[in-house]
Amino acid sequence: MQQVFKLPDCIKKDAKFTFCPGCDHGVALRLLGDAIDECGVREDTIAALCVGCSVFLYDFYDIDCLECPHGRATAEATGIKRARPDKFVFTYQGDGDFAAIGFAESIYTATRGEKVTSICINNTTYGMTGGQMGPTTLLGQVTTTTPFGRSAELNGYPMKIAEHIALCDGTAFSARVSLDSVANIIKAKQAIKKACEVQIKGLGFGFVEILSSCPTNWKMTPQEAHRHIREKMIPVFPLGVFKDVTKG
Amino acid sequence: MAKTLISGNKAIAQAAFDAGCDCYFSYPITPQTAIGEYLSEIMPKANRGYVCAESEIASINMVIGAASTGEKAMTSSSSCAISLMQEGLSYAVGDQLPLVLISVMRAGPGLGYIYPSQCDYDQAVTGGGNGDYRIPVLAPSTVQECVDLTHRAFYLSQKYRNPVIVLSDGLLGQMMEPAEFVKYPYPEIDTSKWALTGAKGRAPRKIRSLEINEEKHNQNLQHIFDKYAQMEREEVLFEEHNVEDAEVLLVAFGTMGRNIKAAMNLARQKGLKVGTFRPITLFPFPNKRLSEIADKTKKIIVAEMNMGQMIKDVKVAVNGKADVVHIGRPAGAWLDETEILEAVEKELGGKYAASI
Repeated sequence: MQQVFKLPDCIKKDAKFTFCPGCDHGVALRLLGDAIDECGVREDTIAALCVGCSVFLYDFYDIDCLECPHGRATAEATGIKRARPDKFVFTYQGDGDFAAIGFAESIYTATRGEKVTSICINNTTYGMTGGQMGPTTLLGQVTTTTPFGRSAELNGYPMKIAEHIALCDGTAFSARVSLDSVANIIKAKQAIKKACEVQIKGLGFGFVEILSSCPTNWKMTPQEAHRHIREKMIPVFPLGVFKDVTKG
Repeated sequence: MAKTLISGNKAIAQAAFDAGCDCYFSYPITPQTAIGEYLSEIMPKANRGYVCAESEIASINMVIGAASTGEKAMTSSSSCAISLMQEGLSYAVGDQLPLVLISVMRAGPGLGYIYPSQCDYDQAVTGGGNGDYRIPVLAPSTVQECVDLTHRAFYLSQKYRNPVIVLSDGLLGQMMEPAEFVKYPYPEIDTSKWALTGAKGRAPRKIRSLEINEEKHNQNLQHIFDKYAQMEREEVLFEEHNVEDAEVLLVAFGTMGRNIKAAMNLARQKGLKVGTFRPITLFPFPNKRLSEIADKTKKIIVAEMNMGQMIKDVKVAVNGKADVVHIGRPAGAWLDETEILEAVEKELGGKYAASI
């Protein structure tokens, strides 16, 4: 019988995801695990993890992991890669970690063209601390620190992370994907794998921003959360590949 | 072996290279920039890691990343920029990662200026990062010691899996003296039992300070403090002269250690019984030896290019057995031997006056 579904080798056989019901982190971790497996680099992988819900990756993955200070994962990934250029190095961060407190490190890692891969979960809020305004919070979005909705005048605008990263000369691949539907999950998988491959080929920085649900802090059901991604997030954060040096 | 005329900064850079430093990441700041300039030339040629980072926050975290793979890694910086590294240092302690930080003090607070100063003793020795932790601090007073203590910093950091600071200053960094570049004299420490190298044929490893289990968290911290206790037993270094008959003991660290010796020589020529004591390790501090000396010597003068930082550690060591006074200056010209001698004569004069 043909096996059509199996757990990635990256993910521990006894792993029990502890994310909130309906959270897309589990889907993102599965896709990344599949990509690492397919690239055949699991045993040569070192992950630099962040602070926030994303850090729990080390509880679920069968790989070497380094816990980093909030926002510093790409700097630590740079150090790992410079010390061991033969290893596959990735970061897995939230939008607050990658694009607020760590944006300087992130943009310079891309600019230097570090041969590492970064996955950024964009759920428009700080999930672990209970739903405060983050760099990608939508205009009008109610959070615990924007009780009247995010106002451009008061709070500025949501950041377009993947577009910023695509502007860096050292970036080999930058895309924004979504986990709101099966079709988009398949595209997300392709983008994540591409972001891994450009590192392995030594082409530069590989980056994927993943629009991801946070039903708990959005105060929605999982279905409502995915509809929210489609109707409210994608119009602000368009999906697509913003840079791909492997395409002429 | 032939000696080379070289500045303290460049001596540290060459010594780090000779110690096998595999990665160096830093951001420029006077008066230590020469370290990065020197290494930017020789590290890439030797196929070792070098990045001129976008900030000191980035550079210390790059060093942590490199250290997590078991390679020897270093950064260097100064005063206000080392303030930016305190988070990283705290993480490196919590993660039990070996790294070397060269701190070449300028004069603060704030941006301050690049005058000679020892105003960051407290920053190095008691730290500014969060958590209950210590970092070994080695304080060279000559360019030769810049070489020797940089070697030692790599060794201690690997032996204890803890950051180690070499505390220099702008004066020593710029000063040129002959130095001998000896071969790295310490054994190489095996990092293969803990380093992140990819989980090939072994269980995956996690390097982290986060520990949700309270009992385990306490055990982790106790282990770190057990290492500090071992350092206090095994790693204390100091230099002393003429302490046996000293009526006044001059205590200083780093470059001021040179000037108290000059002052002692002037005093001895005048027949004044003066000795000197220079802690080389600021943590672990030479408490035991200072306490022994204080059994006999009842006047201690601590000379620092700051307004009183190491004096607190001297007082703890002496524990009330001797009078401890401070002479210092916040920044600028150092205290020369005649100024220190004046302080000695004042102390002795007071004693003699009281006995009449």
